Amino acid sequence: MAKYLNTPIFGILISIITFEIGLFINRKTKIAILNPMLISVTLIISFLLYFDIDYEIYEKGGSIITFFLGPATVVLVVPLYRQIEKLKKSGIPILVGILVGAFTAIVSTYFLSKLFGLEENIVLSLVPRSVTAAISIEISKEIGGIPSLTVAATTLTGIVGSILGPYIYKVFGVKDETAQGVGLGSGAHALGTAKAMELGETQGGMGSLSISVAGLITVFLAPWLMKLFN
Amino acid sequence: MKIFRQLAIIFGVLFAGHLFQNIIGLPIPGTIIGMIILLACLMTGIIKIEMIEDVSKFLLEHITFFFIPPAVGIISSLEYVKDDWLPITIIITLSTIIVIGVTGLTVQGLKKLQRGDGKDG
Repeated sequence: MAKYLNTPIFGILISIITFEIGLFINRKTKIAILNPMLISVTLIISFLLYFDIDYEIYEKGGSIITFFLGPATVVLVVPLYRQIEKLKKSGIPILVGILVGAFTAIVSTYFLSKLFGLEENIVLSLVPRSVTAAISIEISKEIGGIPSLTVAATTLTGIVGSILGPYIYKVFGVKDETAQGVGLGSGAHALGTAKAMELGETQGGMGSLSISVAGLITVFLAPWLMKLFN
Repeated sequence: MKIFRQLAIIFGVLFAGHLFQNIIGLPIPGTIIGMIILLACLMTGIIKIEMIEDVSKFLLEHITFFFIPPAVGIISSLEYVKDDWLPITIIITLSTIIVIGVTGLTVQGLKKLQRGDGKDG
């Protein structure tokens, strides 16, 4: 089977088809946990495992799709730019919120992982998971984590955040649009921000701002806190 | 041609970000430096929003799709998480709920303090 699929077209085609299936199921059922991306990923993994196809064969096409994460991350500043006046007005609450978020993410991940008795290299792979994959993978290398596991943890964080975000706000009573955007961007990077954009333009702008600021803060905060804890 | 021109501007910014990172040797990824460059260009008017609008819209609307391959990559770290996938999922879920909730409450609370009332604005 694998030799027929040894072309980048396979990875691209299966990604598009399964994502379309995911969108269809999500639209029909309107159940948040049946997230289009989650459905797509589950279907692709099942396909690869069932037919015993190497990840490398999927990745030939997959890497072409992943390539667009770079430009997509850069243009996240477009919704931010549209909200620049709100940022100027609430600069301090936003920046303090992002700092608190970055700190909480590192500390809660570290101590929960210790509580569950995970091995040190797995703990360190999880620590940077709340910031965008481009950054979390670099931090993971620096503090001694496993980069591929960090990418997986980062993606899972984004999925969890984007699915649960609106419910978290209901439970915690977060109604402010700026606060909603900062929370989703700081806690669940680009996938959280995609959800924030669905909630509204303010949320989307604040989410994208939070991705870059939280990322920058975590680059310095994570290695420093890890030194402190050890 | 419009789409190509917009793509060229966005890739140009991204390239500049990576170039900067290589020259200065900062621990910050080129993508993040690219974000800062694009924001600076938009604010100074060097790049007008119309010059990148259509391609930006396409990229932003499909950003979750671009995350599919890295997520499928979980397959190659299965060996590390064979015995630990359940605690890892619980840790990530709990921590993400705490972070989003605490961050949201912090921003909302500070905004109220700053204004001295509870209205959204």
